[in-house]
Amino acid sequence: MTSTDARTVEAGNGSRPPNPLLKNLSAKIASVPMALTALVIFLGCTGWTVVHSFTSSKLLPKLDFVGLDQYDRLWSTRRWLVSIENLAIYGICSLIFTLVIGFTLAALLDRKVRFESAFRTIYLYPFALSFIVTGLVWQWLLNPELGIQNVVRSLGWESFSFDPLYNPDIVIFGILIAGLWQGTGLIMVIMLAGLRGIDEDIWKAARVDGIPVWKTYVLVIIPMMRPVFVTALVLITSGIVKIYDLVVAQTSGGPGIASEVPAKYVYDRMFSSQNLGQGFAASTMMLLMVAIILIPWAYLEFGGKKRG
Amino acid sequence: MADVTASTNGNGIPATGLVEGPRGAKPKRTFSRGNIFLYGTLIVVAVYYALPLWVMVVTSLKGMPEIRMGNIFAPPVEITFQPWVKAWAEACTGINCDGLSRGFWNSVRILVPSVVLSIAVASVNGYALSNWKFKGSEVFFTILMLGAFIPYQVMIYPIVILLREMGLYGTLWGLVLVHTIFGMPILTLLFRNYFTSIPMDLFKAARVDGAGFWGIYFRVMVPMALPIFVVAMILQVTGIWNDFLFGVIYTKPEIYPMTVQLNNIVNSVQGVKEYNVNMAATLLTGLVPLTIYFVSGKLFVRGIAAGAVKG
Amino acid sequence: MKPITGILAATALASGTAAFATDLEVTHWWTSGGEAAAVAEFAKAFDATGNQWVDGAIAGSGNTARPIIVSRILGGDPMGATQLNHGRQAEELIEAGLMMDLTEIAEAEGWKDIVNPSTLLDGCTVDGKIYCAPVNIHSWQWMWLSNKAFEDAGVPVPTNWTEFVEAAPALEAAGKIPLAMGQQPWQQGGAFNVILTAVGGIELIDKIQGQKDMDAAMGPEFAEVWTAFAKARDMAAKSTVQDWNQATNLVITGQAGGQIMGDWAQGEFQVAEQTAGEDYTCLPGLGLEAILDTGGDAFYFPVNDDPEITAAQKELAALLLKPEVQVAFNSKKGSMPVRGDVDLGTVNACMKKGLDLLAAGNIMPSREQVLTQDTINEINDLLTEFWADPSYSPEDAQKAYADIISRAE
Repeated sequence: MTSTDARTVEAGNGSRPPNPLLKNLSAKIASVPMALTALVIFLGCTGWTVVHSFTSSKLLPKLDFVGLDQYDRLWSTRRWLVSIENLAIYGICSLIFTLVIGFTLAALLDRKVRFESAFRTIYLYPFALSFIVTGLVWQWLLNPELGIQNVVRSLGWESFSFDPLYNPDIVIFGILIAGLWQGTGLIMVIMLAGLRGIDEDIWKAARVDGIPVWKTYVLVIIPMMRPVFVTALVLITSGIVKIYDLVVAQTSGGPGIASEVPAKYVYDRMFSSQNLGQGFAASTMMLLMVAIILIPWAYLEFGGKKRG
Repeated sequence: MADVTASTNGNGIPATGLVEGPRGAKPKRTFSRGNIFLYGTLIVVAVYYALPLWVMVVTSLKGMPEIRMGNIFAPPVEITFQPWVKAWAEACTGINCDGLSRGFWNSVRILVPSVVLSIAVASVNGYALSNWKFKGSEVFFTILMLGAFIPYQVMIYPIVILLREMGLYGTLWGLVLVHTIFGMPILTLLFRNYFTSIPMDLFKAARVDGAGFWGIYFRVMVPMALPIFVVAMILQVTGIWNDFLFGVIYTKPEIYPMTVQLNNIVNSVQGVKEYNVNMAATLLTGLVPLTIYFVSGKLFVRGIAAGAVKG
Repeated sequence: MKPITGILAATALASGTAAFATDLEVTHWWTSGGEAAAVAEFAKAFDATGNQWVDGAIAGSGNTARPIIVSRILGGDPMGATQLNHGRQAEELIEAGLMMDLTEIAEAEGWKDIVNPSTLLDGCTVDGKIYCAPVNIHSWQWMWLSNKAFEDAGVPVPTNWTEFVEAAPALEAAGKIPLAMGQQPWQQGGAFNVILTAVGGIELIDKIQGQKDMDAAMGPEFAEVWTAFAKARDMAAKSTVQDWNQATNLVITGQAGGQIMGDWAQGEFQVAEQTAGEDYTCLPGLGLEAILDTGGDAFYFPVNDDPEITAAQKELAALLLKPEVQVAFNSKKGSMPVRGDVDLGTVNACMKKGLDLLAAGNIMPSREQVLTQDTINEINDLLTEFWADPSYSPEDAQKAYADIISRAE
């Protein structure tokens, strides 16, 4: 099989102009799963959902168009607004903290630390755990009657209070603590790899010029690590929008609706309220939010220069 | 007060080591202020990361009375493995009291085909994209990359319909397919970047020797890409083992993966919450990815460096 | 519709070759202690017919389980039978022809004559055909009080909501939580409806939820209900448990004075071996408006093309309403049987109160029967937000509630 293909191509190259459709035939056949995924799932399913978000679909999807009704209702629903606010807070904080902590830890570990691999192992292991596990553990640790608050109180500090999961105003930070615990290790490892990729000579040059260490990081190293930061950024943002399991395991959206997130709104409306149209409208908004962030970034990243 | 003194004494041994350092004649470099700050920070952060695991391990080895009495950070006074046994073989969801073992085997049955299929497909994708570009291949790749950012919620429902039409809904293979699809963007990127980094001359030499698409793939690319295959495997095993959303939506109770069953066991409270059993169950669920991680730590890191950093 | 039936046929073929004994998968969300014991009675009775009950328990509340159940039916992978609350939850599934018509069995077994109150069967009926088998009557309209808690606080056990509110400070002084409440939205939603019925009265609830009367929804009577609910919020400020049975456990152990929860809570008291009247007291309709809503659980049987499965489904449907099965199930579950002609044997004081109300015809439709799940969830979201945020004023909440009602179907 393979040799026949190769010969066809070789022959094509040599004597007569090849049929453009047959060129790279194996590669094209091999790419069918990718093409199907790209077209049917990523484009097709997304389009289907967007179209159906303009319908009054309840339990079953049907093409009964109602214009922007679902969106009107969506944006007048408190729970959706709270979800968006939570996502914004969680997203911004998680982005900043993950990058800062990830980079700082990597920079610290890069200073020829003893037991480096032990530290690295400890920082990264939470990444191997699921959000369900993460959420449950931190639910217990932050439970006032069982976890940290209880322990501190039993040590004698009776008025100590640390119950973020029971306080609607700060519950999203309780989730953030768990999210950072799980995710920063990965970013640290990526950053560390980036730092290791930087030429030793640059450090030597900086030392010779008498530039302080922190300045070297800010002015020289970080700009050099731009691709690494882009990778990290992409990994973090794509995780943020999808946040769901963590909230389900840790708070189920409570107290009240204080830790609801858009992904959970979509799931609940689609499957629990039996109101598909509303769920589709909400998921379309999620898509739109991603697009608003993604398009300028993609433009900056790929628009200016064409590279292979 | 007594408690406080006791605890400082308990922690005293490593602390004295550090304090005594500067007094002695040790070289200044090792115990400079910068180093103390450096190691201090690293250790404090390490405690934050390690604490939850510690809490789970010690709590899962305690009996319920001890949990109610004491603090969750203290090591168990009397070690019992009963919670582990119960979590594995006896914990109930509804009237099924066969513990997490059922979910464990389900997860294994989901995991193996999903990992194999998703990596096979993605590695071929990456290879085609880096060495056999054809008209439109970049378009597919771009869509795939954008697809990584589309919230799953947008696609969940239409996929229910698609799987239903294919007769795969609620089956193990339906879930395998879903994992293959959603693993595709990141894995394809990983392989594409790796294959692009392999010198083009190698590829050209193989072409001159008369090797075709599959020939080069199996004889040249796969052997060279073994480390990246391991990385992909680690990523997929962790990711699929830890999945919850797809497991909930696309399977039924008999083939629920372990995460879903864990959530069920922990949430079906019968009277008092048995924290020790719950934590043992949680640890059991985390055991597979943790083992893989601890065993392959170095490779994991090296792989990330190779794949992700090249951006 | 067409493709669904096609797939059904395909799955039926596939599973038909594999099935030797008729296994019937039954999904439900009965996972607490008392509930699991009750469902085991169904399983036992069904297994005794030579078939095999495959338990598909889904943990969590109905809100977790229902989506899984519905998407499986829609996904062409139906279970043999499933629990749902009768009412509007299955409306569309029935309309889409996905549920089995049970009329034949209902007629053969004479359900029309034995099911009491007959409104239960109405909840199963669409276009004159019967699509579900009601198995029990559950009513939300109860309050459970811990006699021990009031004894410890040195006040008599209240006989109605007003007295309970007055006793709250004494309970607090004794270090008790006056009102136990779990943090899940459906619990606050249900409790609100009980307070609405008891404080507002049966006419008000019908005007608001039944007729969607905006004047009533904005009116002063409804405002009183909100004040009472805000009071309940204050009394439950220290109750941080999640699940309803954990809240019930607070009452059982005397850490809390009372809990507003449906009669399924009774099962928990039984598992804890407590005696009605001695260890705990129950107030139907909060002692103000003695009435029961007749919601409950019913079993639906998704259409299946495998004749063996269909036969087993029919067998199970008939079995669920048999007198001995009704007795065995309902005494474990703490619910009331759907037929008036069976004797549960020694019923405790609380169950007796319920059966008397039922016999006297003091009944009203449940929330699930009047409102769609969509509206109920919206209301629950509002109530749980109100509940968790002490600065949310009753006035604002009433407006938001009226808003939801104004666009409800």
